[in-house]
Amino acid sequence: MAASDYDVAVVGGGLVGVATAWGLAREGCRVVVLDEGDRAVRASRGNFALVWVQSKGLGLAPYAGWTIRSSNAWAGFAETLKEETGLDVCFQRPGGFHLALSERELEARANNLKRLHNQPGIVDYKTEILDHAQVARMLPDIGPEVAGGSYCPLDGHVNSLRLFRTLHTAINARGVTYLPSHRVENIVKDGAEFRLATAHREIRANRVALAAGNANMHLAPMVGLECPMRPERGQIVVTERLRPFLRHPVVTLRQTDEGTVMIGDSKEERTDPAGLTLGVSATEAERAVRQFPLLANVNVVRTWSAIRVMTRDGFPIYDESESHPGAFTVCCHSGVTLAANHALAIAPMIARGALDKSLVAPFSARRFHVQEAG
Amino acid sequence: MFKRLAEAGAAVALTVDGKPVRAVSGDTVAAALLAAGIDHCRTTPVTGAPRAPYCLMGICFDCLVTIDGVGSRQACLVPVSEGMKVETQQGKREAGR
Repeated sequence: MAASDYDVAVVGGGLVGVATAWGLAREGCRVVVLDEGDRAVRASRGNFALVWVQSKGLGLAPYAGWTIRSSNAWAGFAETLKEETGLDVCFQRPGGFHLALSERELEARANNLKRLHNQPGIVDYKTEILDHAQVARMLPDIGPEVAGGSYCPLDGHVNSLRLFRTLHTAINARGVTYLPSHRVENIVKDGAEFRLATAHREIRANRVALAAGNANMHLAPMVGLECPMRPERGQIVVTERLRPFLRHPVVTLRQTDEGTVMIGDSKEERTDPAGLTLGVSATEAERAVRQFPLLANVNVVRTWSAIRVMTRDGFPIYDESESHPGAFTVCCHSGVTLAANHALAIAPMIARGALDKSLVAPFSARRFHVQEAG
Repeated sequence: MFKRLAEAGAAVALTVDGKPVRAVSGDTVAAALLAAGIDHCRTTPVTGAPRAPYCLMGICFDCLVTIDGVGSRQACLVPVSEGMKVETQQGKREAGR
């Protein structure tokens, strides 16, 4: 058996890839991260930066428990990153809101939560429905149109660009080889090792972790896995920096540690990352002003669109290949929320060479076959 | 530091942080601030560094002030008017102002 250059090749240098790579390096693995160049369509540079629990798991109950596990691990994860790098990712967990702008929206919200909580095996994450007055006690600047909302004490947020930078700093400090502009074109298994073809050269590794976001769809079949994706586009509006007025993040609106307000949770079934649909930004801004009227004459300084990593059913996919032992998929929408799990739970499994089925069996892509057969 | 050219317009009275400032019709707020010898009109939201009107053509956003109660207006793009209340801006803007 040839000695491979690396124990593990992580394909993808976004948040999922670098969180996994950092976890692998902590387990003592020799790790290489193969990334695309600066022009890559990179969800990790465009996301909304919530560490979010409420609403997660409708349709797949174990996803709620998996999310809470990461949310609970987040403070320690952030602390460890700070010790290693000196960088603060500004993780806060003050509890978060989902606001309703009419009684109908509030009722729909309550019904959704009821359906979520009625699933067998669901973890109770203490989300409450609050009326206008109850919300106003915690968010005094809400407008009169806010009928109420749901509140979950486990919700939080982070500075996600700083998280991205911090993880890159951390993997560098731990000796991980980071290779930008090494888009993986092909993967073959040759004896005990994987050979990953890039335009520059071939990389050899004993194991492969596919963490390439929507591109996993094309990479997974090369190692006998599948990763069905349906990317979607989201748009974000950012205001000038304001004095702190919003103590809790709202799922559609949050004030960052630096004072800007980020607005947006739009979904479009288009995957062109360039340009904006102005009507979408306008709607986001209009709803934001109805939620918080004091934003009415605040200046917008940036808008952008970004492509969400989204599996076909929206839930994570963690798999190991039967035909190509040593190949794994690490794929999900919520790369910020689940970063602690990827670093502290998934990476050690990959380092040991086998996923812990008791934790991640529900997230195998085999679930798609069950649905299609049924 | 700045001296007005000879041609004069009608006098316009405004206040900056409550103090009377005399400007000339046709001045922008930024020109009036500079002519009055006000050496900075805001401090930055992050480090608190002082900033003054710079590009005078709407590009640099360094001349942000509160005008008649509305924050983060570009002083170089707003002409002065009689009785205008200008306030310098300290750090982050307050939402709702």
